[in-house]
Amino acid sequence: MRTTPLISLLALGCLTTTAVVAQKTAVQSIEEYRAMLADGNPSELFEAKGEDLWKQKRGPKNASLEACDLGKGPGVYKGAFVELPRYFADTGRVQDMESRLLTCMQNLQGFNADEIAKTAFGKGEQVNVTALATWLSSESKGMKFNLSQAHPQEKISYEVGRRLFFQRAGPHDFSCASCHGQDNTRIRLQDLPNLTKNPGDGIGFAAWPAYRVSNGQMWGMQQRLNDCYRQQRFPYPGFGSDVTIALGVYLGVNSAGAKSIAPALKR
Amino acid sequence: MNKSKYFSVLSAIGVTLLMAVAPVQAQQAKPAATASTGNAEVFDFFYREAVKTSFRDQGIVKASVLDTDETNLACSAADVAGKPLDKKRAKEIEALNLKTIKWPSDGKFVGDWKQGEALAQSGRGLTYSDDATTPNGGNCYNCHQLDKKEISFGTIGPSLYNYGKLRGVTDVNSPASKAIIEYTWGKIWNSKAYNACSNMPRAGHMGIMTEAQIRHLVALLVDPKSAVNQ
Repeated sequence: MRTTPLISLLALGCLTTTAVVAQKTAVQSIEEYRAMLADGNPSELFEAKGEDLWKQKRGPKNASLEACDLGKGPGVYKGAFVELPRYFADTGRVQDMESRLLTCMQNLQGFNADEIAKTAFGKGEQVNVTALATWLSSESKGMKFNLSQAHPQEKISYEVGRRLFFQRAGPHDFSCASCHGQDNTRIRLQDLPNLTKNPGDGIGFAAWPAYRVSNGQMWGMQQRLNDCYRQQRFPYPGFGSDVTIALGVYLGVNSAGAKSIAPALKR
Repeated sequence: MNKSKYFSVLSAIGVTLLMAVAPVQAQQAKPAATASTGNAEVFDFFYREAVKTSFRDQGIVKASVLDTDETNLACSAADVAGKPLDKKRAKEIEALNLKTIKWPSDGKFVGDWKQGEALAQSGRGLTYSDDATTPNGGNCYNCHQLDKKEISFGTIGPSLYNYGKLRGVTDVNSPASKAIIEYTWGKIWNSKAYNACSNMPRAGHMGIMTEAQIRHLVALLVDPKSAVNQ
């Protein structure tokens, strides 16, 4: 469909332009490209798939996820997304949407949560976790983030996340804050939100899961954070690991009051 | 996961500690209000445990790249505290980093600006999805403006457009240009020698760029013929 011209436009924006005339064309192209982004979002396909998966009887136990407790009681999914990550007494852990889905898939459907966590993004059951998270996020669209900091573990998680955000390491000495610690900066032409505070409605944490036009993929927050770490030249963070959960708590608490636009559309 | 269970046990200990240190208040945490120093050590402990148990080797990137040096540890701690390093400590760290700079073995600081431009354009290399043969880029345009014709530049670092021209470099071999050219080399080799907690990578010190490549990057910045100085 429109993926190919969009990618060409993106490439235009990234390559060196050689004349003043070409510069204007590139800037115009980027503006056109951004306008096109606002029109239609393929994430709707993933939402539909996720809703089916929620209701469908699957797994060794041939059960649906309809009794899954996302924090507001079994089966309650409206508004759950904007309160995650949060502490769950049954697992004794702070969990985000995706790691909580693994718990439900294991307990209700009989899947092996560790196996799914080890599966690469975009493969096997990971695809279904992403679709489920996409649909569940859409059920909180327009709601404001309101993460709890009442439980001591939620507080610890926030503070761990804050430290992770400023962790400089790897060959480039990068931390999350290298790119996301100041206002009004960008990498190349890409605007960067300041994530040390509330970046505003639908920005940063409030925009994932999202459909990425540049690679035609639907990404959940776990994959978003994983890819940030990849670009930071950090090693591979485990899916639903303590670092990605804690970062989610840090970003989510900072986003208190910001409206969720997930599932969003990204370059 | 075993790691998660391990963390849960530790968390339980931490919760106990936390409760012992200060009564936990059920409130919406504000970033500014969370720097409660009383619990800082507990939080630091869990942070280190989370790092230890969450990352794994992948491709060319080993988890050991997180065992970082004194410079990064001090700067991260300052970032978490929300205040810059005190002047004395910053000077110590700058001195440590200054000592690591390798000056050009043949005394030649300035290479080919065109090769420098190609390096400045590339942001590739050293991620877990790269292989060992991926040539490392300099990542310069990600954060800096350089050649004015390149409109796709980042703004985390200052604009370097006309870098050499603004500093009066008319002949790279003249004695008058020596100091600024040496500084430029040093800054690229190890940025932290001049600004302890700079956001800029230490291209030479960390082995991102070779001596020959740094020569080309210096040329991109100082050569009067370079696109940067037009």
